[in-house]
Amino acid sequence: MILSVSWRNVWRSKTRSLVILFAIALGIFTGVFNYSFYNGMALQRIDSAISTEASHIQLHRKGYLENPEEKAFIKDAEQIALAIESEDSVKATCYRFIVQGMIQSPTTSTGVKVLGVNPEKEQNITNLHDKIIDGAYFEGISRNPVVIGKKLAEKLKLKVRSKLVISFADASGYISGASFRIAGIYETSNNVYDNSTVFVRTEDLNQLYGADIKAGHEVAVLLSHSDYVPIKQHELKAQYVDLDVKEWRELLPQVSMLESSLDISMYIFMIIILLALIFGIINTMLMAVLERTKELGMLMSIGMNKAKVFKMIMVETVFLSLIGGLVGIAMGIAVTLIFANSGIDISSVSEGFGAMGYDSIIYPVLLVKNVVDVVVMVFITGILAAIYPAIKALKLNPAEALRMNM
Amino acid sequence: MNVIETNNLTKTYNDSEVEVHAVQGIDLKIEEGEFTAIVGPSGCGKTTFLNMVGGLDQPTSGTVRVGDTYVNELKSSELIDFRLHNIGFVFQAYNLIPVLTARENVEFIMQLQGKDKKEREQRASNLLTEVGLGDRINSRPSRLSGGQQQRVAVARALASKPKFVLADEPTANLDSKSTETLLDMMEKLNKEENITFIFSTHDMRVVNKARRVIKLEDGKIISDERKS
Ligand SMILES: Nc1ncnc2c1ncn2[C@@H]1O[C@H](COP(=O)(O)OP(=O)(O)O)[C@@H](O)[C@H]1O
Ligand SMILES: [Mg+2]
Repeated sequence: MILSVSWRNVWRSKTRSLVILFAIALGIFTGVFNYSFYNGMALQRIDSAISTEASHIQLHRKGYLENPEEKAFIKDAEQIALAIESEDSVKATCYRFIVQGMIQSPTTSTGVKVLGVNPEKEQNITNLHDKIIDGAYFEGISRNPVVIGKKLAEKLKLKVRSKLVISFADASGYISGASFRIAGIYETSNNVYDNSTVFVRTEDLNQLYGADIKAGHEVAVLLSHSDYVPIKQHELKAQYVDLDVKEWRELLPQVSMLESSLDISMYIFMIIILLALIFGIINTMLMAVLERTKELGMLMSIGMNKAKVFKMIMVETVFLSLIGGLVGIAMGIAVTLIFANSGIDISSVSEGFGAMGYDSIIYPVLLVKNVVDVVVMVFITGILAAIYPAIKALKLNPAEALRMNM
Repeated sequence: MNVIETNNLTKTYNDSEVEVHAVQGIDLKIEEGEFTAIVGPSGCGKTTFLNMVGGLDQPTSGTVRVGDTYVNELKSSELIDFRLHNIGFVFQAYNLIPVLTARENVEFIMQLQGKDKKEREQRASNLLTEVGLGDRINSRPSRLSGGQQQRVAVARALASKPKFVLADEPTANLDSKSTETLLDMMEKLNKEENITFIFSTHDMRVVNKARRVIKLEDGKIISDERKS
């Protein structure tokens, strides 16, 4: 019955309750939607980091990542890739030959990372083939095709089928170069990557460098699910003791930080909102207690003990907070769902984001776990907000309260 | 056996600059089944006296015994429990819970006592029928007249099966017709069910209904008369 009294008391002063409910709902909505927005943004960044750059796991010669020298290649990279590919929970593998080189157009030149890949294998690992915006993925050019980023093409003032020269130091230390022709131009959400990474065929690159076609600096492994990363990494480390086996979080620490800092920043943001709201809730409940001085005096007179009075005020406050909170969460979920498919286009305000590897269309994502956390936080807020008004109520002297004329 | 006995009961307020001797040494015995009015002009100490008897206010000195309990010796947490199980209160301003219906108001006190739902509902309906509100059990206080609200309050006071009912100026806010209905009803409950009523008033019509009239002046008893 105390529950029902508390519930009905919430609606006793409708306007006052609606004002605070609206404030709570708006605050919680802001928090929830803010989270789903940044969560979507981060997940997209992580996703694209995995699908365009890092895959799940990569193997290199020890020390290569710290000091990427051309001569530090794995001789039997192809064989290792094939062996890993046949293992459980591995979706695909590929190997790449990587050199640091210069790319020259008739007008200008710039330093790039040249990746020698097997176009067919590469397709299973990265989504480069999906990112082609002009020309085709290693097609249409029979001799020395190259795929370059849009930003780079613009810088070099080159188009599809244009000729360019790639040069680098070969196995014997001499600068060797060859001319390539642009088969396709790609664009990812990461401008820096697009500007500095070009793709050629392993067969062309290895031959130019003077290495066997089976050799590569990097073996990339894509798993059937990202959850398997830790186990697989562990297995591969045991199998290839003389190689460096790293997962994407180690390869791209800035991206991995996003993953770990997101929840914390959401909680901090939410706590700030709730802190602001808690004062409004306390104020509303203080008014409710003050207004009901005589009634509370009566209840204590007829024998309602302190614990029950406390509970009654507390439940009322929690109801008030939860109603507002749930409306806010519902609004957050609704708006998240509305934009989950269509996405939110932030290109007009996000010039800088591309440079940091973010998409310009954000698809907000809300996790059940976070919704539950918000509900719990709102609940705790209600309890905290109730303490002061409830103590005020308990301090009433019933005999005096009853004498009041109100 | 005496239900209530006070000995040299005294209350002095000194929270303001001047001391107020609200009740000055009252010795009184009230027995089971009495229908007693405490009368006197405003400020003579009626409320203060009833509050001390009902365990709402601590005496400055003297004792109050209810049954076997010395009320003045109880701690505040014990007092709450004492009031819940021993005393029915009726207030001048009715003081019902506005968000509850008549029946829920009556049930509420039984819930505080931990009675089960079935018993509560049954007893609340019976009591409301007894006070003549059998057809209004689901109305909220705001839909009832003052007289009807006060009858709900009497039903609530009886719901906890108290040793006696304390009513501080129960008719002060009522018109004469409602006053009469309420008093007739209280009288009937007193006669038929031997419920002990102690009520304060300064209304002569009410005084005339009482079978024992205790007159107060300046916190002292100046007369104590029983009608046969
Ligand atoms: N809390 C208080 N502080 C000081 N004086 C009080 C207080 N309560 C009552 N009084 C005084 O005590 C006297 C008795 O009051 P009360 O018992 O209310 O009389 P009655 O109910 O007969 O009108 C009055 O003079 C009143 O002003
Ligand atoms: Mg009075």
